[in-house]
Amino acid sequence: MTYYAGVDSGSWTTKAVVIDGNCEVLGTAVTRSGADLTAAAERAYETALANSGRARGDVKAVWSTGFGRNTIPFADGSRTELDCHGRGVAHFIPGPLVVVDIGGQDAKVIRLDAAGRRLSHRMNRKCAAGTGSFLDEIALRLGIRVDELNALGRGSTENLELSSFCTVFAGTELLTLIRGGKQPADLAMAAYRSLLKRIVSMDVLEGKIVPTGGVVAYHPIMVELIAEACRGEVVVPPHPQEMGAFGAALAAFAACETHDTVDTPDMAELGQP
Amino acid sequence: MTELASTTALRATMDAYYRSLADAALRGTAPVAWCTSVGPAELLRALGFAVHFPENHAAIMGAARTANRYLPLAHAQGYSQDICSYLTSDIGAYLAGESPLRAYGLERAPTPDVLVFNTNQCRDVRDWFEWYGRELGVPVVGLHSPRAIDEVMESDIDAVTRQLEALVAPLEQIAGTRLDDSRLASATRASRDGADLWGACLETAAARPAPLTFFDGTIHMGPAVVLRGTEDAPAYYRTLLAELRQRVESRVGAVPGETLRLYWDGMPVWGRLRALSTMFAEFDTAVVASTYCNSWAFAGLDPADPWRSVSRALLELFIARSEAPKERYIARMAEFYDVDGVIFHDCRTCSNNSNTRYGMPGRITGRLGIPTLVLDGDVNDLRCFSDEQARTNIEGFVEQLTDARAATAGRGPRR
Repeated sequence: MTYYAGVDSGSWTTKAVVIDGNCEVLGTAVTRSGADLTAAAERAYETALANSGRARGDVKAVWSTGFGRNTIPFADGSRTELDCHGRGVAHFIPGPLVVVDIGGQDAKVIRLDAAGRRLSHRMNRKCAAGTGSFLDEIALRLGIRVDELNALGRGSTENLELSSFCTVFAGTELLTLIRGGKQPADLAMAAYRSLLKRIVSMDVLEGKIVPTGGVVAYHPIMVELIAEACRGEVVVPPHPQEMGAFGAALAAFAACETHDTVDTPDMAELGQP
Repeated sequence: MTELASTTALRATMDAYYRSLADAALRGTAPVAWCTSVGPAELLRALGFAVHFPENHAAIMGAARTANRYLPLAHAQGYSQDICSYLTSDIGAYLAGESPLRAYGLERAPTPDVLVFNTNQCRDVRDWFEWYGRELGVPVVGLHSPRAIDEVMESDIDAVTRQLEALVAPLEQIAGTRLDDSRLASATRASRDGADLWGACLETAAARPAPLTFFDGTIHMGPAVVLRGTEDAPAYYRTLLAELRQRVESRVGAVPGETLRLYWDGMPVWGRLRALSTMFAEFDTAVVASTYCNSWAFAGLDPADPWRSVSRALLELFIARSEAPKERYIARMAEFYDVDGVIFHDCRTCSNNSNTRYGMPGRITGRLGIPTLVLDGDVNDLRCFSDEQARTNIEGFVEQLTDARAATAGRGPRR
């Protein structure tokens, strides 16, 4: 059996996925990206390999994606995260569909046709509104860990609104509400609603909508809110956080299958030996 | 990317322009007028003014990436960071007492004797010139052109023509000379020749491979902007056109290995021209045409009827038109240049030249069946532009177009 891998070097986390020749996921890993993207990619890839029970030599090709996609020396090729999230989702879910990827510092709406080919995409402006960083800021203001936010929001009983999309100003708005005696659970839910409002303003969300990314993986409440807000069916794929890395592994597989030219990053240009 | 040999002649032409401007300012060889880039330059030339274009001045600062040094100085005067960043960088440079024209002996932009605007582009140009009018105690005159025009009517032309004629008396007084009809006709003829030749240069990009790109165009349009109404512009464009036609004949492309062809709508990101040009070339993609560069290929200038033909040309300008004619124009251009997709630059501080905000990209896709991409950025304020997001957006768009083409050819990657 031949194996393939994908590494998604994101702004906040680096993800790796190892697949087999049937495109079955054998191992995954998520690690903090930090300041050394190459080291993070190494860690994620090694962990995914270990989880898959395979060794580097078993893997025929590794492709990279994410904003650090050109900093991974062992990658045989790369594709953008726009391509990889779409490609990964289309593997699991037949189109046409709208992928909503909520990452650490950017959010994307990707429209795919029935064959899984991309029709269009929209990314957020140069701004953290509508991204995972928004939830980090809110958790910080509430004095909790971000992975506690989802459970906290579930206890909400009052429908509060944050008027701001802005990550920083939403934080200060929270302070006003805290001063007014509002409950943390309601504040957490207000934050999710604010995030939702930014996402739905990026593009038309209708039909089959597929949320991906770390926010979806750790904040299932967001999926429910998207489902309430949009006309259509919301389907969460397996491995939502690792979807970009999975798409990159599929790209590696496709390149080998079709004998496409492998686009190797020029590490000399990146100032590396 | 292959540099055009005409660039040498371009530099000489632009050098001569800036030096004549410096002469006018420092030695009083001619009265100085400041004019908006699509203002009544022919009239000013006919009256013997040396003409300075603040938008060109601001674009130089944008391209040199010094604009961001000056923007906060204008903001500190109360000018919002949401308004035209040409305006704020130009006023900021004035407040700093600096100018990129230092290379031509001018410590700051040449002091004007009069400021002449045309509101066909936006209201910001008037506000911009009125700031200088107050600051320098200089008269400000201009054309209050209608905007968002569906079809240019004779009544619109009448209105602008009357305003144009009304400028004559005050400008004659400032220039210290009477308007000579033959000089106005000559300036209009020179404008027409320059505009026609510039248009012909741009149209060569319909060839495959395209001999020039949008990024080349933003540089080579210099004479079309600052030398309108002079013989220097057509002289330069004859040289450029000959080279471009030679390139077409020899099948020399501006982007070696041109595979994809795109159309650019909206303003350039001046501070990232080189980076974007290199990036597109890296993807074997030629941005073959643009609304922006074509905006100086004025049609129909007639030396036998300068008043009305200039008025009509200034009114027919893309930026002055409503959504429907703009849509038809972009569609016509996309078909003429046979592009694979359209990039819309949503320029943060120039709503007037950002055609993304009323659904145009979706309408173009629906009308032509080609994909569009909206790129967020700004003409001069690099704080509004993210290199990484732009790269992912553009690279993703190229992937999308390449995949679509491969699928059409029946050799798409397995998905």
